[in-house]
Amino acid sequence: MSRAERRLPVLITLLVGLMLSIMPLPDSAEPFRPDWLALLLIFWAMQLPRSWSVGTAWIVGVVLDVSYGTLLGQHAVALCVIVFITVRFHLLMRVFPLSQLTLTVFALLALYQFILFWINGVAGVTAPSITYWAPVITGTLLWPFFHMFLSGIRFRPSSGA
Amino acid sequence: MVASRGNNSSPARIPALGLRVIVLILVSIVLMYLDHRQNHLDGIRRGIGAAVYPVRLLVDAPVRFWAWLGESTTSRNELELELGRLQAERLLTNARLQRLTALEAENARLRALLEARTRVRDEVRVAEIMAVDANPYEHNLVIDIGTRDGVYDGQAIVDANGVVGQVIETGIMTSQAVLISDADHALPVEVNRNGLRTIAVGTGEIDRLDLPFLPNNADIRAGDLLVTSGLGGAFPSGYPVAVVDSVTRMPSEPFADVSATPSAALDQVREVMLVWSAPPVAPEDDVEEDSE
Repeated sequence: MSRAERRLPVLITLLVGLMLSIMPLPDSAEPFRPDWLALLLIFWAMQLPRSWSVGTAWIVGVVLDVSYGTLLGQHAVALCVIVFITVRFHLLMRVFPLSQLTLTVFALLALYQFILFWINGVAGVTAPSITYWAPVITGTLLWPFFHMFLSGIRFRPSSGA
Repeated sequence: MVASRGNNSSPARIPALGLRVIVLILVSIVLMYLDHRQNHLDGIRRGIGAAVYPVRLLVDAPVRFWAWLGESTTSRNELELELGRLQAERLLTNARLQRLTALEAENARLRALLEARTRVRDEVRVAEIMAVDANPYEHNLVIDIGTRDGVYDGQAIVDANGVVGQVIETGIMTSQAVLISDADHALPVEVNRNGLRTIAVGTGEIDRLDLPFLPNNADIRAGDLLVTSGLGGAFPSGYPVAVVDSVTRMPSEPFADVSATPSAALDQVREVMLVWSAPPVAPEDDVEEDSE
């Protein structure tokens, strides 16, 4: 299978992730929007750490910064760090049972949100309310389904994996 | 990329991973610093913004489609009702407009008497708000015109009822704007009744502004209309901003606690108007201040 063909599914999921990240939600649901791109990057970095690692995370992060109008580089740093940790421990994470993996994802998402929070603090952006941490919870709760769904894409018979 | 050799299942370490992550983090820190201190990165933002534009359109499309579907399936009855309402409204507006023309002429005459410069009418252009959420913790919105149409940073945005916000970031085809209710936004205003100048600060709540710098003895009461004073330079003067809804004077505090409700329906607007205000008054035209 050609290189481009192997990359296509990942690129499509990232594009869909970006769309989900900027899609309008009702005000009540807004704070609970999971960090789709963080989840996606964790998954792909775990499965294909040689093709999709910190470089991809950085580019995605910059695009996210532009879309959200946040400090240029803020999401980029946060995504870089969690993807770095994921790639570093990808072999371990692959053999984790799903429950343990979900806990790991929880920790990664919490770290991600904390880095964003911390940069906001340094830059003097107003401190948000407690719902700021909600995406960590929703992301973790979604992870098992998310993982099963993406594994379906990744290990399709036609992908030859 | 460095990691292109070998296949994915080989359990070796990823070469130079640590180095790469350190370099990327350093680059990000430099970017953040530059972005925070100065505006050198507007070009980069604009470029990436243009690249993301198709995605924004894609996200926006279903919402637009629903709106279109809703419009095309409205019943004839409803349309007739709305037509009637609009005609009545137009009659009313026209009547007011006649008076306005007279008043404008009179205003120009009086200003000529004062040897002051006539105010040029502001040029406006309608923009649509794209159904795209920017940062959820700031009151931002994305509009569908950008530098291509002459939008500039700091440009004022109004709707039919009052001031909505101002442009904070321009892209080629889209721009981002901050609403006046954003917690980081402040706007120079004056009380329409007596010309009292103050500053209206956003609260982070979509339907409330604060006026934190009014002393206890300031002449302000509930129901007062606040209009832009034009002093900040960003907003042209005379656009309605908010209506004062409560004034609490506490003897122990130096400032009164005044809150106001924005005139524009900030969370309901779909179309807004961008205002190109007249160029700033040249220094020699300071007669206005002298004559007051």
